[in-house]
Amino acid sequence: MAEIVLDHLNKRFPNGFEAVKDLSFEIAEAELLVLVGPSGCGKTTALRMVAGLEDISSGDLFIGGRRVNDVPEKDRDIAMVFQNYALYPHMTVAQNIAFSLKLAKRPKAEIKKRVEETARLLSLEALLDRRPKQLSGGQRQRVAMGRAIIREPKAFLMDEPLSNLDAQLRVHMRGEIEALQKRLGVTTVYVTHDQVEAMTMGDRVAVLRSGELQQIDTPTNVYDRPVNLFVAGFMGSPPMNLARATIEADSGRIAVRLGSLAIPVPDEVARDRKLEEWAGREVIAGIRPEDLEGPREDGTLVGSVKIEATIDRVEALGSNLLGFFTVDAEPATSKGIAEATGGDLEEVALITREGTPFCGTFEPRSAIRLGDRVDVSVDTRRLHFFDPESEAAIRG
Amino acid sequence: MSTTAAPPTSVPVRPTVTRKPVGRVSALGFKYLALVFFAMAVLTPLYIVLVASFKGTAEADPSNAWALPDVWTFDAWRQAWDQLLPNLKNSLYLVIPATLISTVLGSLNGFVLSRWRFPGSDVVFLFLLFGMFIPYQAVMIPLAQLFADVDFPTGIPRLAFAHIVYGIPITTLIFRSYYATIPEELIEAARMDRAGMLRTYWSVVLPLSAPAFVVTAIWQFTSIWNDFLFAVFLITDPSKWPVTVALNNTTGSLVTPYNLQMSAALLASLPTLVVYILLGRYFIRGLMAGSLKG
Repeated sequence: MAEIVLDHLNKRFPNGFEAVKDLSFEIAEAELLVLVGPSGCGKTTALRMVAGLEDISSGDLFIGGRRVNDVPEKDRDIAMVFQNYALYPHMTVAQNIAFSLKLAKRPKAEIKKRVEETARLLSLEALLDRRPKQLSGGQRQRVAMGRAIIREPKAFLMDEPLSNLDAQLRVHMRGEIEALQKRLGVTTVYVTHDQVEAMTMGDRVAVLRSGELQQIDTPTNVYDRPVNLFVAGFMGSPPMNLARATIEADSGRIAVRLGSLAIPVPDEVARDRKLEEWAGREVIAGIRPEDLEGPREDGTLVGSVKIEATIDRVEALGSNLLGFFTVDAEPATSKGIAEATGGDLEEVALITREGTPFCGTFEPRSAIRLGDRVDVSVDTRRLHFFDPESEAAIRG
Repeated sequence: MSTTAAPPTSVPVRPTVTRKPVGRVSALGFKYLALVFFAMAVLTPLYIVLVASFKGTAEADPSNAWALPDVWTFDAWRQAWDQLLPNLKNSLYLVIPATLISTVLGSLNGFVLSRWRFPGSDVVFLFLLFGMFIPYQAVMIPLAQLFADVDFPTGIPRLAFAHIVYGIPITTLIFRSYYATIPEELIEAARMDRAGMLRTYWSVVLPLSAPAFVVTAIWQFTSIWNDFLFAVFLITDPSKWPVTVALNNTTGSLVTPYNLQMSAALLASLPTLVVYILLGRYFIRGLMAGSLKG
């Protein structure tokens, strides 16, 4: 067990592509850090650099206080779980799990004991004599975990280990891996493109974009205080509602104008973000779907600020209900949002043409329908503001 | 409503069902005709060889090559066996080690060049490929000279060594494209399990190599067995000749004993046939595994 320190790591491939740029962060001992970002953001490359499967172009990498840039992968004492599991097809489950111990020339009795322990931990006892092709996806995934666990390494590296499983199993294994990691207390770097996995599993989350670190913080902080439009657009499903807006100041009271809507901003928020300095200027305003709430079952609204909305589309998800409506503000198009969402927002904007589609949450049993006019409350304490130039969050 | 609506859906299907076999039958007939024609073209010479080998010396003559033997006799076969046995043995002594060694070397090369690459490995592979396109004739004299200069043991070891070296490009190519189908992650998993290069090869790659070994072994066995040119200029001692060279010498100085020649030729080609029949299905499978996914 050990902490991992990335100090100004760079990866430049021979063709000139810079996959990882000036990446610096620390992973504490026994911490589970999730590296998240859209595909091609360099997260897997960063992981492979830690593993030793990819050379480090510049910068320093420390594992357990020792600089390991030039230490070959087999001497770094870390284990990796691959996306496609990479089980040895000609070996049984037991042989797969035992392979590293066999190479380390551990006594036979010890290997047998540790294989049994590992199998028990992962409920693989009944499968030890099977070959990988006789296993289901979830079982293969557990064997891959077993191969990493048995070594008792300094750290686990996991490269999208759940992406080949179907949805239900993925949710289940998410919990299992997290519980296992906490129980073993092994420093873990977990790579995923799935922001739900990042939110639910990580002690901390590091968001990467084009090889650069955007934000590293607890899942809650990343979600509630995204540092820029990219993080705001990437974390959260459905994503944060974003639109172009203007800050209006009227005798000390600050409001944000979204098309024909003027939403008053609470004083403490305005003060905290120093919004007065932005008076009369354009910003990008954001609010998460759960902070736009429809009426309660008894018809009352939670918040004091309400807006009127005409429902364009309804998505009933069972546990909650999403209602989409159009706000007559200009959509917030930015490079960051486009990268975070894969361009989805622009497509939606094409369909509705005028204004910006916003998503709010409604009572799951409420009978809202297409075309309904409803009141939606805005939790104005949870408004987000971004500089349209730099795309950074306005923090004052 | 629903009962009357059902039949029309089956109507458009029917004409295609009845029409299709007609076209299919004629296409099939044509295919078979073509196949039979080409099969005949290939097999006709073999027929002549086969019938000649069972004829007596007087009867075996080009003028009645098409006729079946009046008297079926194994004399020519017996004579060919007695005459060629030492050379058949020579061929086996040559082919078995040369095939094994060149196949193992190809496997090692293929592994390193596809899955344990080093700076410049592509250039090395390019040069190796180059070796495949150099005709034997071009290297005959320098090769013989080199062997003489370094005082390399004469006879079968010399010929085997030449075949091993000249087999490396093709065996490397086959193994390299086969290993390209082994997922990179498998090698990386072995590296993360702290296996070095040789360990990864031995424990992970080699156990998965059977199809490529079969393909390469058949290929090498056949081409080394059938080689004539290297043998004829690298081996001067007739007692060390492989069967191909000895076969050439069954030609009499005055009369040509066709029956003997034909049975000798068949005898000489039997081992490759046996290897092919025993391992042929793996050959096809191996070629698929190596080419389609690579």
